[in-house]
Amino acid sequence: MKVRDVLGRGDYALISSLIPEGARVLDLGCGDGALLAWLRENRRIEGRGIEVRPELAQRAASRGVPVYQGDLESSLGEYPDGAFDYVILSQTLQELRRPLDVLEQMLRIGKHAVVAFPNFGHWRVRFNHLLSGRAPRTPLFPHAWHSSPNIHFLTVLDFEETLVEKGWRVESRLFLSGHSQIRFAPNWRAEIAVYMIRR
Amino acid sequence: MITETQYVQFDALDLDCGETLRNLQVAYETYGRLNEQKNNAILILHAFTGDAHAAGIDHNGKQGWWDNMIGPGKAFDTNRYFVICSNVLGGCRGTTGPSSIDPATGRRYGLRFPVITIADMVRLQKKLVDHLGIRRLLAVSGGSMGGMQALEWAVSYPEAVEACIPIAATARHSAQQIAFNETGRQAIMMDPDFLNGDYPDDRPPARGLAVARMIGHITYMSDESMREKFGRRLRNREAFSFGFDIDFEVESYLRYRGQQFVGRFDANSYLYITKAMDYFDLTLGYPSLAASLERATARFLVISFTSDWLYPSYQSLEIVNALRSRNHDVTYCELTSNYGHDAFLVDIAEQTEVIRGFLDRCQREFREARA
Repeated sequence: MKVRDVLGRGDYALISSLIPEGARVLDLGCGDGALLAWLRENRRIEGRGIEVRPELAQRAASRGVPVYQGDLESSLGEYPDGAFDYVILSQTLQELRRPLDVLEQMLRIGKHAVVAFPNFGHWRVRFNHLLSGRAPRTPLFPHAWHSSPNIHFLTVLDFEETLVEKGWRVESRLFLSGHSQIRFAPNWRAEIAVYMIRR
Repeated sequence: MITETQYVQFDALDLDCGETLRNLQVAYETYGRLNEQKNNAILILHAFTGDAHAAGIDHNGKQGWWDNMIGPGKAFDTNRYFVICSNVLGGCRGTTGPSSIDPATGRRYGLRFPVITIADMVRLQKKLVDHLGIRRLLAVSGGSMGGMQALEWAVSYPEAVEACIPIAATARHSAQQIAFNETGRQAIMMDPDFLNGDYPDDRPPARGLAVARMIGHITYMSDESMREKFGRRLRNREAFSFGFDIDFEVESYLRYRGQQFVGRFDANSYLYITKAMDYFDLTLGYPSLAASLERATARFLVISFTSDWLYPSYQSLEIVNALRSRNHDVTYCELTSNYGHDAFLVDIAEQTEVIRGFLDRCQREFREARA
């Protein structure tokens, strides 16, 4: 069974393709634990999650996922170095107050960090902004300026630049448009970018 | 489900204080069936004034104190699990305590009963579990003082605990918690009927014990739950009495609870058990809480409640963070409730879901590990 069919999220499908059998995985902002539960069933991983919203954390716990109910930005410091093989941050990077601190922590506690984020450089976003003269509203960024959880808007190019600045190594970069993976001109065409990086 | 309290005797128990208790009795109840592999047993640990009657209905028609959590299809599903609950050491509900007869003198122990600890309670429970032929419990769980015992189990007998579920608990009492306990103890000991613990059966230090219980009840509720339950409503009157009779509903409730408590609880047990709670400190003998919990091999599910100010969430978080710092398998949920510390007894819908899912996984992994 494909993870996309079960979970309905393309980034989950890509992420799960990166996680090998039996890995130790920490999912930051794990929601109701769907990805971790899927990985446990299908990859036999040892998973942990962090989720700040009480209802979602409880749903994750109810499906047997070892979830920590708390704010991920203030709770990564507790984990020891190298506690995990993979630390996943899926579509939350743009919502964090201090995204770089979180990435640093992810690379401290995990061998690999898997980061998925919506690409603000997508052509639809660019044209929407250019033509409407307003904060872009697209299927990927559907919120009004005042109610968006997104506080940092980054593009594929921005992230690549940060990786170079930090000296972090890219192990995989995968780009999604709709349900299809793309290779050519990702900063124009990718809706979601998925990176696997390490120190 | 009519339940029967059972009793078992043990020769001796060595205590933390250095003394040894002899000819002990433990009162316990069980629900559900122990399977052939003996790997479906869950030990439920009661809070301060609880007893072995955790579930079902006893012969007097009294419902178990956690009947909403234990039974067929409930959080601790007796169709799947074999559930055990015993009265704690120092209690007054069938297990040896200060109201028991001292075999050395033929008289009640009273204050001659040695001071006990949470670890002593757990040591006696271990004897019961051994007696039942169970080598590794699927889970230990309890709220409040029950949670402290669960933690002690996980650290003292790591080989015997697959999963640990402390609820609304702490790894050590804070100054505030000790203060409330000491106030209760002083109320009892200052009662002229206390007679240094040698009060007769029919004349316990009822006033002191009732006041202690009234204070306890305040700490078990929240400001919000008291506002909802009582507000400023008057009791059976339209206007103030301009005297010190009962004016308010909340006064009536507390007095009723206090008086009712005197009928079912022993004042000396109150002293001993609160002292055991105050002494409890999981870090004793270790450089840190994390170092202490490092001994544990159990998976943990830690639960706290938003409105619990007696055992606030920060105390649960202290446990959880110590476990996370050793990358231990731990689940933590802070459940939303207005019921204060009592939430683990009364506000059980979410608690049930979380425990059910956790136990389900633990049982699966426990079986796989054996296979």
